[in-house]
Amino acid sequence: MAQPRADASSKIILSASDLHRVVDRIAHQILEKTSGATGTVLLGIPTRGVPLAERLAARIHAFEGIDIPVGSLDITLYRDDLRLHATRALGKTELPGGGIDGRRVVLVDDVLYSGRTVRAALDALNDEGRPSSVQLAVLVDRGHRQLPIRADYVGKNIPTSLAESVRVSLTEIDGLDEVKLTGGEDQ
Amino acid sequence: MIKHLRSAADLDAPTATLILDTAGEMAALAGREVKKLPTLRGRTVVNLFYEDSTRTRISFEAAAKRLSADVINFSAKGSSVSKGESLKDTALTLQAMGADAVVIRHPASGAPHRLAAWVDGSVVNAGDGTHEHPTQALLDAYTMRSRLGRLDGLRVAIVGDVLHSRVARSNVLLLTTLGAQVTLVGPPTLIPVDIAAALSPATKVSYDLDSVLPDMDVVMMLRVQTERMQDSYFPSAREYSRRYGLDLARMRKMPEHAIVMHPGPMNRGMEITPEVADSSRSTIVEQVANGVSARMAVLYLLLGGKA
Amino acid sequence: MTSYLLRGVSLLGAELRDVAIVDGRISDNAPADAEIIDAAGLVALPGLVDLHTHLREPGREDAETVETGSRSAALGGYTAVFAMANTSPVADTAGVVEQVWRLGREAGLVDVQPIGAVTVGLAGKQLAELGAMATSAANVRIFSDDGHCVADPRLMRRALEYVKAFDGIIAQHAEEPRLTEGAQMHEGEVSTRLGLTGWPAVAEEAIIARDVLLAEHVGSRLHVCHVSTAGSVEVLRQAKARGVRVTAEVTPHHLLLTDELAASYDPVYKVNPPLRTASDVEALRAALVEGVIDIVATDHAPHAVEDKECEWAYARPGMVGLETALPVVLSVLGERWDLIAERMSRTPARIAGLTGHGTDLAVGEPANLTLVDPSARRVVDPSELASRSRNTPYAGTTLPGRIVATFLRGEPTVLDGKAVK
Repeated sequence: MAQPRADASSKIILSASDLHRVVDRIAHQILEKTSGATGTVLLGIPTRGVPLAERLAARIHAFEGIDIPVGSLDITLYRDDLRLHATRALGKTELPGGGIDGRRVVLVDDVLYSGRTVRAALDALNDEGRPSSVQLAVLVDRGHRQLPIRADYVGKNIPTSLAESVRVSLTEIDGLDEVKLTGGEDQ
Repeated sequence: MIKHLRSAADLDAPTATLILDTAGEMAALAGREVKKLPTLRGRTVVNLFYEDSTRTRISFEAAAKRLSADVINFSAKGSSVSKGESLKDTALTLQAMGADAVVIRHPASGAPHRLAAWVDGSVVNAGDGTHEHPTQALLDAYTMRSRLGRLDGLRVAIVGDVLHSRVARSNVLLLTTLGAQVTLVGPPTLIPVDIAAALSPATKVSYDLDSVLPDMDVVMMLRVQTERMQDSYFPSAREYSRRYGLDLARMRKMPEHAIVMHPGPMNRGMEITPEVADSSRSTIVEQVANGVSARMAVLYLLLGGKA
Repeated sequence: MTSYLLRGVSLLGAELRDVAIVDGRISDNAPADAEIIDAAGLVALPGLVDLHTHLREPGREDAETVETGSRSAALGGYTAVFAMANTSPVADTAGVVEQVWRLGREAGLVDVQPIGAVTVGLAGKQLAELGAMATSAANVRIFSDDGHCVADPRLMRRALEYVKAFDGIIAQHAEEPRLTEGAQMHEGEVSTRLGLTGWPAVAEEAIIARDVLLAEHVGSRLHVCHVSTAGSVEVLRQAKARGVRVTAEVTPHHLLLTDELAASYDPVYKVNPPLRTASDVEALRAALVEGVIDIVATDHAPHAVEDKECEWAYARPGMVGLETALPVVLSVLGERWDLIAERMSRTPARIAGLTGHGTDLAVGEPANLTLVDPSARRVVDPSELASRSRNTPYAGTTLPGRIVATFLRGEPTVLDGKAVK
């Protein structure tokens, strides 16, 4: 991995207003592709997938007046790279009332990269119950998949090199909304 | 992250809190139909038990299995241990078998410290002599936090044979680290010398249970073995339970919200009456259930990352 | 017999002079063929005398033998050691003490003086044949059940009285057994934290208090082994002030180490009596300087690896100490050579009634002496010890002073810091 450098080598991919527009668009797409979000549950993957799922639910409510159930699904205990890093603290798993059996689950995450997080999420979901179908919504798809996984809803496709990293900031966690691409200039 | 859990003193406040938080997540997962997690697949946990303690061994075994670790039970009975193999030779055997963690229960204080010097894996103390039992303290702290919502500022009495109790030592260390105020209660013969200096300067000592009870949020009763009478620690079981046993009359002196704990196994009629043990204030059954979650948290935090 | 000339040696740290050794004695002039030893910078001390050594033979030759223990002693600057009676079989008969004495003569590295058991089998029930051991070839004068206390007060009284017939002395291991059942370490803050059964100071002090009263009552000599507590020092101080004929020893480890070391649970720090607190160490040091404690004795206690590489509670108590005693005392007392000679050579020889040792290097005296390089520093490496055992608590510690040479009746047992045989 390249060393992330100072801001000199970073550029903003999505500004706050871009990000809001992208969330709005995904919300509309979900409504379209799920026949008005009937029988649908949003599950955010901690950390930043959780506020994204909540924003999507809020936008869907604003557009259509529908209250779509939202929860979180922590995938830490299902990761395949635990031994490569220091032990990670667990995130919260909170399934909405009524569970996920027989419902359409939309997994929500900030960045789609290797696909391993989504693989772990599918495993975790499998131990939680049996949804009728599973979809995936991501804010950014940066490519470089290592598993046969694709997203159903993509906010923005960003071609990246392996040396670069994508930093998503959300107000709820980071105090501001933006997406940045950093590093990689030395490659 | 720490490598071993030999003593509750190995845990600073952030680490201890992380374990309790993790135990909370583990407990939530225990409620679903599929209880098993793939997290420790391919890792080997050895339960090395030099003392009979079915409850503790089963609790660790359940914790390791729910995390998909391979579990090897190595009991002192019917093994080379009873033929006089030294702890060091056993350690080298476990090392050769590739144990990622060894959970050890041993009658000699400090055996986990010795073992940690001889194996590469993590060592978890499951009770050593009259020294410590840190996972018991973790499950006790978890139980208190679940019932009462906090640990900081909690007033906890630990009552009975503190001198011979590994549970008491670990609880004093952990609870003090997490901000609780501990009072040790028992006959002077069963309170070890210099206990406050040894464990935590804030620890209080009282020889009068009745005067302590009205101020407590938690009253933890320790098992008292009747054999202690032979060594003149107290004159008779009857006198002991009159002065230090918890019965209904004494329990009524406790505040409304206060809970009664016992690490088990209980000596009903000695340190605790059946009515108290079975009352709604008693957390004794919860403690057992929380034991598995707390031990899952410990195994995950010791083994769930880069070695 | 080779003659030697020690050139430019400092006697007890004072005057520089040449010392000649001729026919095993100190002489005022060396013959022309004398071997010259450059002793510049070296301090000469009378050969050290240890009143408390465990040589383990017969019985535990895997831990130590009379020969390996003797070599260890010579390397530590000793010319005489007193071998404790807790062998297997116990040295409670003339036969066993003569065997040990003979093995010592055969090794020829130090004078090995057996100590006889006070009671048969160290069992504390019945007096051993003290007179037979006294009149044996081993000429035993010190009797001790060391490792066990002579706890029965009537038996202790009888022993003190009985040995007056041949000017013997009882060396007591002061430990009230009922107060130390299962004891693992000093009772205090650290034992409480570690959950190890405590060995309270009062268990030692109570026995010393009782024994000085008994010795006073029957007018006998009492020697107290390995004094370890500040309270014991006070009991001894009062007894000595009253004129009780009591002497006392302290070990090097009790002058340097504290109970905090047990926190590692490494039984290399397990010893009986146990390591005490820093304030005890301070009191023992002061008492040694003052003379309330008369001598330093090693309590050299070799143990096989398997008896130490185990759980604390299962380990045998004891530390090897012959090769590190003088460096430890040097680090504690500093270069007070006359005081060191008094506490490690002259007084122990006098207590034991041992002639030919503990005498200053005057012309005509037997040449029992050791040469020390006080400027040297040594990192203790257990694998370099001559003892058959490795249980030193000083592994990795840097200690001052190096024993360069030791002479036993004019014959070098150590030269250039190495054992001659």
